Amino acid sequence: MAGWLRKNLFSSFFNTILTFFSLYLLYLIIPPIVLWAFVNADWFGESRDACTSGGACWVFINVRFGQFMYGFYPPDEYWRVNLAFILLVFLIIALLIDNFPKKGWLSVFTLLGYPLIAFFLFYGGVFGLEVVETNQWGGLMLTLILATIGIVLSLPLGILLALGRRADNMPIVKSLCIVFIEFWRGVPLITVLFMASVMLPLFLPEGVNFDKLLRAVIGIVLFESAYMAEVVRGGLQSIDKGQYEAAEALGFGYWKSTRLIILPQALKLVIPGIVNTFIGLFKDTTLVLIIGLFDLLAVVQAAFTDPHWLAYGVEGYVFVAVVYWIFCFSMSRYSQHLERR
Amino acid sequence: MAVVPVPTKPPFWHDPRIRALIFQIIILVAVFAFFFYIFGNALHNLEKRGISTGFDFLSTEAGFGIIQTLIEYNESSTYGHTFVVGLLNTILVSALGIAFATLLGFIIGIARLSHNWLVAKLAAAYIEIFRNIPLLLQIFFWYFVVLRALPSPRQSWAFGDLAFLNIRGLYLPLPELEFSFIWVAFFLVLVFVWAKRPVFYFALLLVLPLFWLAPWDVPQLKGFNFQGGITVIPELMALLIALSIYTAAFIAEIVRSGIQGVNYGQTEAAQALGLRQSHTLRLVIIPQAMRIIIPPLTSQYLNLTKNSSLATAIGYPDLVAVFAGTTLNQTGQAVEVIAMTMAVYLTLSLSISLLMNWYNRKMMLVER
Repeated sequence: MAGWLRKNLFSSFFNTILTFFSLYLLYLIIPPIVLWAFVNADWFGESRDACTSGGACWVFINVRFGQFMYGFYPPDEYWRVNLAFILLVFLIIALLIDNFPKKGWLSVFTLLGYPLIAFFLFYGGVFGLEVVETNQWGGLMLTLILATIGIVLSLPLGILLALGRRADNMPIVKSLCIVFIEFWRGVPLITVLFMASVMLPLFLPEGVNFDKLLRAVIGIVLFESAYMAEVVRGGLQSIDKGQYEAAEALGFGYWKSTRLIILPQALKLVIPGIVNTFIGLFKDTTLVLIIGLFDLLAVVQAAFTDPHWLAYGVEGYVFVAVVYWIFCFSMSRYSQHLERR
Repeated sequence: MAVVPVPTKPPFWHDPRIRALIFQIIILVAVFAFFFYIFGNALHNLEKRGISTGFDFLSTEAGFGIIQTLIEYNESSTYGHTFVVGLLNTILVSALGIAFATLLGFIIGIARLSHNWLVAKLAAAYIEIFRNIPLLLQIFFWYFVVLRALPSPRQSWAFGDLAFLNIRGLYLPLPELEFSFIWVAFFLVLVFVWAKRPVFYFALLLVLPLFWLAPWDVPQLKGFNFQGGITVIPELMALLIALSIYTAAFIAEIVRSGIQGVNYGQTEAAQALGLRQSHTLRLVIIPQAMRIIIPPLTSQYLNLTKNSSLATAIGYPDLVAVFAGTTLNQTGQAVEVIAMTMAVYLTLSLSISLLMNWYNRKMMLVER
């Protein structure tokens, strides 16, 4: 113990100073936060009157929790959202288990069948489910929907773009893919969302109008697919030339060799990169509040402009930060775990 | 006598070259048809809404004020001026953000590799906390929570009676120098940067006192607010702090992996040559690490520049806020405005990546 301390904290004069400086920094930061967030905090109650201890007022989060999770979704229908997400969690767990039976079919179902089921659960209109318009969707639910649709649609599009960018025998396709990828990677997501919300309606024939959520999704997918394409391209580049030649020697055509030989290897290599792109996308979904959608951050921000809860902004922001942090941190840990394997 | 079968030529649609050609023609036609279609729709829709097209709006009067302008601007200026003002504000926040983020990122990145356990852990905690929280949330936090909690002008925090911080912004003193004088000083420094190190320090020694001797315009409390000096508006402060802290977390990781990427044999070889610890770091490790660090570092700079467009959420008048926001709402010319905005970011991105490729090639040549 003493040896460890001497080696790692007090090995030299300079090191000792650094250690004491760090300890002082911790002393400045940690105790006030603990006092505010835990010791002096109020957890339960019905209104702000319950907040009397002077610390954090978690009552605010407690009271508005439903809204933060589901936005303006009718409370009687929360079970539909829960059901859809529980189903998704089960599917993901099954996919993460290494030797789960029939994994191929399961992933096809997750990518193609599940989104349909989820959409009808969220939107309703079939089997006597009440219709819930998309402008009532919000909160964490909307954040997760945007992120999931973003990844599910941008991955296949990104794969096609990456393949196109490497198609040396088709210069026109190649240059179109390069232009597409570099264009979306060169502009900020905000301008893409602005474009989706103000320019898209102009491009559609008269009378046709897209829902605000759909427009945001289109913008996010176009933007994200360009990033995904670059990640996938990295994987394609690291495949040995011998693999292509071997596939050709077996008499495989382009699509057959791509589907059976190249992509399975390339995608496996870039899973960490895909997860990292997903983390970026997950954080970027907050930007939709600028075009007027109510994601988690927007709902929380709207909640503390309510005169009853004015001055509880810090609690709201800390809550959102913790939610995002848990999601992003666990995903980045997962991707590091994959990289090490 | 056996008949040798004449090898029949495969039908032309099995020829990969012809297939590729046909496929490309189909794609090209589809792309053109798509653009033709949306272009036609757009023209029709614009006509129906009574919105004129073209770039004439750039020379009409904008009629709104902007809270921070680097060039002369008032309500009677044109939309063209608005564009330039927004662009300059974007460049200002990006350049300052890049400087601060690099400084902070290198400090945290090196601290992450410190032999001191506590320092290394603190740096790791910094990285994990700040890169996993959305940037927009961090901007809101600094703007709506931290900077709103600052005191009113009368109770300002004073820093040696020279700089003042309050809820309206940060007030800094400004040296009253002739404009040309600044340029001469800047040029002198630049010349000496290319010269050897001791000469550079000498030049700095020469130039710095000039700044001290010059009369300083110190902000002073007059009435309800400070006058004089330069004002850093809270929007700019919040955006800068959040951008720097967020990007620094990513830069720190890049610096760490860059330094770790240098083979340990290099350190050992340097020690075997009898180089001191500081020389090993400065002459052996850093130059090699830079080669790994620079490319991802550039993409972080690009990210920071693009992320500066989040300014619009708190009302900092950057390009997106004043041009793609206010100007678009007033003129309704969505296509032109969005196209110009995107073109600016594209030009920035492409020119920086071209510069980077050039730099990479230059570094490659140095390698054996």
